[in-house]
Amino acid sequence: MSTVTVDGPARTVTPVRRSWFSDVGLVMSRELRPVVREPFSVVFGLIQPLVFLGLFGPLLAGSVGAAGGFSGAEVWQWFVPAILVMTTLFGTSTTGSNLQFEMQTGAHERLLVTPLSRSSQLVGRSLKEIVPLVAQAVIVVLVMLPFGFRADPVGAVLGLAMLAVLGVGLGSLSYALAIAVRKQEWMFWVVQQTVLFPLLILSGMLLPLETGPQWMKVASAFDPLRWVVEAERALFAGDLTSGAVAAGWLAAVLTAVVGLAVGVRTLLRSTD
Amino acid sequence: MIQTRGLTKDFVVSSTETVHAVRGIDLDIAPGELVAVLGPNGAGKSTTMRMLTTLVRPTSGTATVAGVDVVADPATVRRHIGYVGQGNGAGHQQRAADELTMQGQVYGLDRISARRRTGELLDALDLTALARRKVSDLSGGQRRRLDVALGLVHAPRLLFLDEPTTGLDPHNRANLWEHIARLRAEHDMTIVLTTHYLDEADTMAERVVVVDHGQVIADDTADGLKRTLAGDRVVLTVAVPGTAGQVASIVGSLRGARDVTVTGDRVDARVADAGAAVPELVLAASATGTPLLEALAVRPTLDDVFLALTGRRLRDEGSRVTDIPTEETAA
Repeated sequence: MSTVTVDGPARTVTPVRRSWFSDVGLVMSRELRPVVREPFSVVFGLIQPLVFLGLFGPLLAGSVGAAGGFSGAEVWQWFVPAILVMTTLFGTSTTGSNLQFEMQTGAHERLLVTPLSRSSQLVGRSLKEIVPLVAQAVIVVLVMLPFGFRADPVGAVLGLAMLAVLGVGLGSLSYALAIAVRKQEWMFWVVQQTVLFPLLILSGMLLPLETGPQWMKVASAFDPLRWVVEAERALFAGDLTSGAVAAGWLAAVLTAVVGLAVGVRTLLRSTD
Repeated sequence: MIQTRGLTKDFVVSSTETVHAVRGIDLDIAPGELVAVLGPNGAGKSTTMRMLTTLVRPTSGTATVAGVDVVADPATVRRHIGYVGQGNGAGHQQRAADELTMQGQVYGLDRISARRRTGELLDALDLTALARRKVSDLSGGQRRRLDVALGLVHAPRLLFLDEPTTGLDPHNRANLWEHIARLRAEHDMTIVLTTHYLDEADTMAERVVVVDHGQVIADDTADGLKRTLAGDRVVLTVAVPGTAGQVASIVGSLRGARDVTVTGDRVDARVADAGAAVPELVLAASATGTPLLEALAVRPTLDDVFLALTGRRLRDEGSRVTDIPTEETAA
């Protein structure tokens, strides 16, 4: 990277070009700084998944688990990977509200007038999502190990990587939504909530889809989270070569590619 | 430094309605000038600034900033300009020094140079003690000083200030302008300022561009505008009731006097030089047996200029909310 120095306030700086990747790195580190300094947001983001694990998990074991032929620790093998996907979904789908706030205050506008490329601003923000979601996933896994949850080490690492890819896509879509509805900020939450729960239920995170009606099974095929949830279950169980894993990667990568493309396009068009 | 020709911006707000926010602005700003763009809300001054800073794309016309076309090469324009917008440019969850250092790195400074530059600017703007404070914990005046520092990190040759003192109390406004004036002298910068504070444009700017309904309606120094468009006034109150008409005749005979009006015991008129006219009129009135109770020399303000140009008071217009969209709200 080319650099310049300034010897004193009266010296004019000669502006230089930075690479796109260093721009992404700068934006990402800026976004991460408050998270690292005040990690409470990561902890707060865990409350909902832990509530599901603590209150919904036992119900699952007592009803669906018994009917489905699994109980006790086996329920956790089925439920914990799904909770990791849920944590990713909740965390990244709301992240656009941070951008909304920066649009309201003027910080987003200030960055738009700098030489940072517009696409790097969106990609840097989206990549930042990886750190809190991986941290949260690790905490959930560690919390559940004493309760009998087993995590294949290689599968767990691959599972976290898949969540990271998915999170980048979902985060980008959340940013795109925030930019698209900037004239009516309340619309962000309306759309986010409207989309969130169908995606969540149709993914089979909370209850097995096998017992659902046929139309639900068909609809779930179009929910990328379903494929990621099934892949995470296979990965944490150590079934690394399962077809479900390949399908999960495809769904996660597609979500990331589409999310980034939509996000960058929305940001670029917002100033036309 | 800046040249625009026929610069326009239309916002399509619905299928049947288009707002013509800027209508063919021609502007030339030379290096080193401090130019204030003055006008009421919705006049088009901020939209013009946002086109010049590449925040919105012009509908038609051309604009070059620092010799670079804003449409053809917006990225290069951004490398050459500093911008202080109407909002707070620093992220509220960030620390003041971190935002400044990051801004320096954005412009190509390595981390060490960016930190050194951060220290210089924090010191120059009396923010050193607040370097590690979260932006959300700073006062309004402190945040604005930080915004100015962010705009100056790369020592730009051209700085855009979009209503930099809006919302600040008089003390903080004066303090901010003191800093800007000193830094301008150090950096030899061109500054383009939008404001609806008339006194700010009057005292700080070397040139005032008045914009109304998306067009430039006047462009001169503040003194030049006042002299040619408004002029000095004298306001005389007669000591003997009923003699205002005679005094008005005396005023009317004064060379250069115009727009003589009588309201009760008061006579109001425009004159070329109020300071010279007042003693002359006091003596003449006294000599004709119509002594004056009070004689005032009134220098015009930019508000008088705006009144002369448009028939409206800028002070009234400035506080009016219009329905012309901003770039953030427009399609």
